[in-house]
Amino acid sequence: MAAFEYAPAPESRSVVEIKPSYGLFIDGDFTSPRDGGVIKTVNPATEEILSEVAEAGEADVDRAVAAARAAFANVWGPMPGAERAKYLFRIARLIQERARELAVLETLDNGKPIKESRDVDVPLVAAHFFYYAGWADKLGHAGFGPAPRALGVAAQVIPWNFPLLMLAWKIAPALAAGNTVVLKPAETTPLTALLFAEICRQAELPAGVVNIVTGAGATGRYLVSHPDVNKVAFTGSTGVGREIARAVAGTSKKLTLELGGKAANIVFDDAPISQAVEGIVNGIFFNQGHVCCAGSRLLVQEPIADELIDALKRRMSQLRVGDPLDKNTDVGAINSAAQLARITELSAAGAEEGAERWEPDCELPSQGYWFRPTLFTGVSQSHRIAQEEIFGPVLSVLTFRTPAEAIEKANNTPYGLSAGIWTEKGSRILAVADKLRAGVVWANTFNKFDPTSPFGGYKESGYGREGGRHGLEAYLDV
Amino acid sequence: MTVSLAALADVARSEASLRAFLHGLPGVDKVGAEQRAAALGTRSIKTSAKAWAIDLSIRMVDLTTLEGADTPGKVRNLCQKALNPGHGAPRVAAICVYPSMVATAHEALRGSGVHLASVATAFPSGQAPLSVRLDDTRAAVAAGADEIDMVINRGAFLSGRYTEVFEEIVAVKEACGDAHLKVILETGELATYDNVRRASWLAMLAGGDFIKTSTGKVPVAATPPVTMIMLEAVRDFLAQTGRKVGVKPAGGIRTTKDAVKYLVLVNETAGEGWLDPDWFRFGASTLLNDLLMQRSKLATGHYAGPDYVTLD
Amino acid sequence: MSELTGQNPDAATRGQNRASRSELTGQNPDAATRGQNRASRSGSSRLAVRKTYKLFIGGAFPRSESGRTYVVNDNNVALASRKDLRDAVVAARKAFPGWSGATAYNRGQVVYRIAEMAEARRKEFKSLGVPSDEVDAAIDRLVWYAGWSDKIAQVLGGANPVAGPYLNISSPEPTGVVGVLAPADSALLGLVSVVAPAIVTGNTVVVLAAEAHPLVAVTFAEALATSDVPGGVVNLLTGRPAETAPWLASHADVNALDLAGAATDLARDLEIAAAGTLKRVLRPAPADWHADPGLTRLTAFLETKTVWHPKGV
Repeated sequence: MAAFEYAPAPESRSVVEIKPSYGLFIDGDFTSPRDGGVIKTVNPATEEILSEVAEAGEADVDRAVAAARAAFANVWGPMPGAERAKYLFRIARLIQERARELAVLETLDNGKPIKESRDVDVPLVAAHFFYYAGWADKLGHAGFGPAPRALGVAAQVIPWNFPLLMLAWKIAPALAAGNTVVLKPAETTPLTALLFAEICRQAELPAGVVNIVTGAGATGRYLVSHPDVNKVAFTGSTGVGREIARAVAGTSKKLTLELGGKAANIVFDDAPISQAVEGIVNGIFFNQGHVCCAGSRLLVQEPIADELIDALKRRMSQLRVGDPLDKNTDVGAINSAAQLARITELSAAGAEEGAERWEPDCELPSQGYWFRPTLFTGVSQSHRIAQEEIFGPVLSVLTFRTPAEAIEKANNTPYGLSAGIWTEKGSRILAVADKLRAGVVWANTFNKFDPTSPFGGYKESGYGREGGRHGLEAYLDV
Repeated sequence: MTVSLAALADVARSEASLRAFLHGLPGVDKVGAEQRAAALGTRSIKTSAKAWAIDLSIRMVDLTTLEGADTPGKVRNLCQKALNPGHGAPRVAAICVYPSMVATAHEALRGSGVHLASVATAFPSGQAPLSVRLDDTRAAVAAGADEIDMVINRGAFLSGRYTEVFEEIVAVKEACGDAHLKVILETGELATYDNVRRASWLAMLAGGDFIKTSTGKVPVAATPPVTMIMLEAVRDFLAQTGRKVGVKPAGGIRTTKDAVKYLVLVNETAGEGWLDPDWFRFGASTLLNDLLMQRSKLATGHYAGPDYVTLD
Repeated sequence: MSELTGQNPDAATRGQNRASRSELTGQNPDAATRGQNRASRSGSSRLAVRKTYKLFIGGAFPRSESGRTYVVNDNNVALASRKDLRDAVVAARKAFPGWSGATAYNRGQVVYRIAEMAEARRKEFKSLGVPSDEVDAAIDRLVWYAGWSDKIAQVLGGANPVAGPYLNISSPEPTGVVGVLAPADSALLGLVSVVAPAIVTGNTVVVLAAEAHPLVAVTFAEALATSDVPGGVVNLLTGRPAETAPWLASHADVNALDLAGAATDLARDLEIAAAGTLKRVLRPAPADWHADPGLTRLTAFLETKTVWHPKGV
C-alpha cells in the first residue's frame, strides 16, 4: 500500500439526469423513430445500461434531411450572419453554464476520466462555438472571396472518442458558414449529442438547423449517401473513410475526412527529458489512447533510449487507472467491448512478433472494459503494432541513430495526421518539422488543440482541415 | 545525463568541467514543466488522505521567524507553539531563526526532538566576505543550531563562476560540522528552470544535505514548478550517486491546500521516499495555523475560526 | 541554377517574337499535318526534318515501352502503356523531395522560365493549330502562376492565436505526386492551367495528355525540358487516358488527382479508385479556361501543416 493513498474523490453524477430513452432530434423536436430500432448505450466503466436511444432508419434520416433542407432554404440560409453569430454565441454560453453536466455525462457514456472531460473536452467545445460564432458575419473577409456561399445541408458522422468535441468541430463551422446539419453521433456515445440537442432548444435555435439522428453504421451509410445532402464530413476510421469517399464519388457533395493515424513522437538525445516523458505519456495515454493523433510510435535516439524507457516506466507506474468519475483518475475505461478486443488482439500480436511487453502493476476494476497502459520495446517498423492503428493505451518504442533515420521512419506509414519532435535545438525542430509528412506537428509538446488551429491529415489520414480559418473552407462553396 | 559515479565526483575539478556538466543536464521546457506542476495541482485530496496529509505537513513545517523585529520573547513564544501546536496535533519539524536567536531557541527546545535551524551566511543576500559568512555559520552551530540554511552566491552563479559557488558551499558544509546543511538557491533570482536544475545539482555535488528554494525575502519565493524541478533533481541524484538529498520549499506557502499540492508533487515526482520530515520540509510562518484549522475542520465537521488557534 | 544568374540570353530574339504575331490563327489544335511540315520553307527543295512525338518521363523523351503508337494528324504519337505510367510515377516521386524542397523563389523563377521558353515556341504552337489568343493566354497564365510561388504561403498560412503560451503556425505544403487528366477542350491553355498550379506549389505531376491533342502537349513538354524544370517534375504521357487513368487513380504512390479532362463516367470510376488510398480528387467541372482561374487549382493540391511550439524562457 502506498504511503500517500488518495482517498476516492468521485464527481457526483447527480448533476445529470439521464432519461430511460431518447428519440431522434428532428426539426426541433425529439421524435420517435418511424422505422428504426433501439440501441442500448452502456457505461463502459461498469457495463451498466445508461439509456436506450433510437436507431434511425431510412425514413427517419429522410425526415431529418428534409427538415435541414427546409431550415436552410427558409430560415438559416437567408438569416444575416450577425444573427447566426448570436445563436452560436448563445450556444457557447449555454455549454459553459452546463459544463459540469456535460462533463459528467460524457464521462459516463464514454469512459474517459472526468478530469479530461472537465478540463479538456468541454472547455474546448465551448471555445469552438465561441470561435466560429465570430466568423458567421465575417465570411467575406475569410479569404474565400467577397461573398462565399454556404453549401446547404451537411451530413456529419462523428466518432466515439471525443463525442461532444467532435460534434463541436463539425457543427460550429457548419452553422457559422450558413449550413444546416444532420449529425449522427457514434453508436456507443450518443448521450452528449442528445443533451446538445436540448441546448439547441434552450438557445431557441430555429427548428431543423441542427438535427441529431442516433444510430449505427447503417444509419451513417444512409445519411452520407443521401441525395439531398451537399456536404459530408466524417471523423473516424480510415476504412470507413474509404467507403464514404467511394459513396460520394461522382456526386457534387463536398467531402472532408479526418481519419486514423500512427504518429511518430521523435525524441532526440538533447530533449528536455522530463517534459518529453510527460509528452509521451500524454501522447499515448490521454483518453486511453483513443485519439487519432495519438503518439503511438515513440522514436527515441539510441544514446538516451535506456534512460528514457526507465523514466517512462517509472512515470507509467504512477498512472491511476480506474473509475472515470474519480477526479484523480488518469486513465479511464476502454470505450467498448469491441474496442477492447481489438486492442487485446493487436497487443498479443506485438508480443507474438517478438516485441517486449511491459505494463505497470496496477489493479483493474472487475466490471467494465479495461486495459493496462502498455509499453512495447524492441519494436521495429515491420511489427504490426508499429504499422496498425491500435487506438488504445499501447505505446511502441523504436530507436533511431540520426535525424534522417528518424524522419524516414516517421514518414514510413500510409498515415500522416500528426507527429512530435523533442529537442532543445531550434533549427533541428524547424528542419525536421518541414520534412514530416503530417498535418499537425507538435514540437516540445503534444496533443494540444485549439479552435484557431487547423487540424487534419496528410495521406490516408484524410483531407480537409477542421479548426481555424481553414476549417471554414469545408463548409463554403469555394 | 548518464555520468558514472567516479566522473561525477570529479566534475568540479575545473571550471570547464563543472560548466560542461551543469550545461549538459537536460533542459527544462518552461511551458511543459508548469503544465505538469499545474496538473498535479488538480489532484483531489479528500477525507482520510487529507487528514494524513495535514498531519504530515505539520510534521514537515520549519516554523520560521526571520524578522528584524525578532526578540527572544517572540522566539520563545514560537518555540512554545512548535512544542504545543494544540488540539493534539503533532509537533513541527524545526524552528528556523536568525543566528542571534539560536541560543534562545536552543534553550526553549532543548530535549524536545524539534530541530533548530538557523539561517546563516549573511542571510538573505549572502553579500558578505566568505570569512564573515563562515563565522556566521560557526557561531550558529556553536549556539546550538543543528541545521544551517545557507544562501548561495547568486551573483557568482549568474555570471557563470560555478566553481566559486561550489567551493563556498563546500566551505560552509565544513563549517557546519555535524549540523545539516540546507542550501538556499533563491530560485526567484535564478530566473530560469534550467538554472534551478543546474543550481540544484551544484548544491548536491558540493555536499548540501537539503536544497531549499528561497529566503522568502525576494518577491518570488517557492512555486510548485520550481519545487518539482528540484524534486526531479534529488530523485535523479539519488539514482546516480546513492546519496539522498532533501527538498525544502520556502516562502509563500500559506494554506493547507498549497501544502497538500506540494505533497502530491513530492509523491508523484521524487516518490514516497521523500514523504518524510527528514527529506521534505516547508519553510513557513503562517502555514501552521491554517493546517491546524483544517485539521480541526476534519475532526469536528465544521469550519474553524482563527480565534480557535493560537497566534504566536 | 541558371535561373539565378540574372543573364538574359533571349534579349536578341524579342524583336523576332513580336514580328511573328501575325501568323496563322484560327486553326484547330493539332491540325498540323506532315504535308504542312513538308511545305515549310516554300520554294525550297529541302526535305523537312520531322519530329517524333514521344513521351516525357523523368526529363527524357522515351518511346512507349510498349512500342505502340497512334496516329494524330498523320503523326505517329507514342501510345503510353500502364508500364509507362508506372515509370512516370516513379520519376515524379523521385523528383518530389528536391522540387518541394526548393525555395519558392526558385520555383517561381523556373515556372517563369517555362513562360519564356513557351514564348519562343509561339510559332510552333500556332502551327499546330492553337489559336493565337490561346497561346498568349497560356503564356500569360504561366507568368501569373510563377508569381504565386512565393505568395501563396502568405495568403493561405500564418500564425494562429491559440489560447496558450505557444507559437502556432500553419503553412501550405505540396500534397506530393499529382495525377492530372489534361482537359480535352483546350489543348494548350487548358494543359498549362492544370499543370502550372500543381507544380508551382511544389508538387510533381504525371499528366495524361488529352487523347486528341498530343502534339501540343509534347511541344509544351519540349518547352519544359529546356526550362530548368528538374527532370521528373512534369511527366507527360500521350495516348488514351481511359486506358491509363485507372492505373493512375489506383496507384498507391500517387497522392492526388486532377480529373479536369475526365468525362463523367470515367471521373466517377476514377474517384472510386482514388478512394483506395484517400487521394485528394479535384472533380471535373465545366471551365472557361480564359477566365480568371482564382485559387481553386492552386489550393487543391496543398496540405496545411500546423506546427506548435511552446514559448518559455
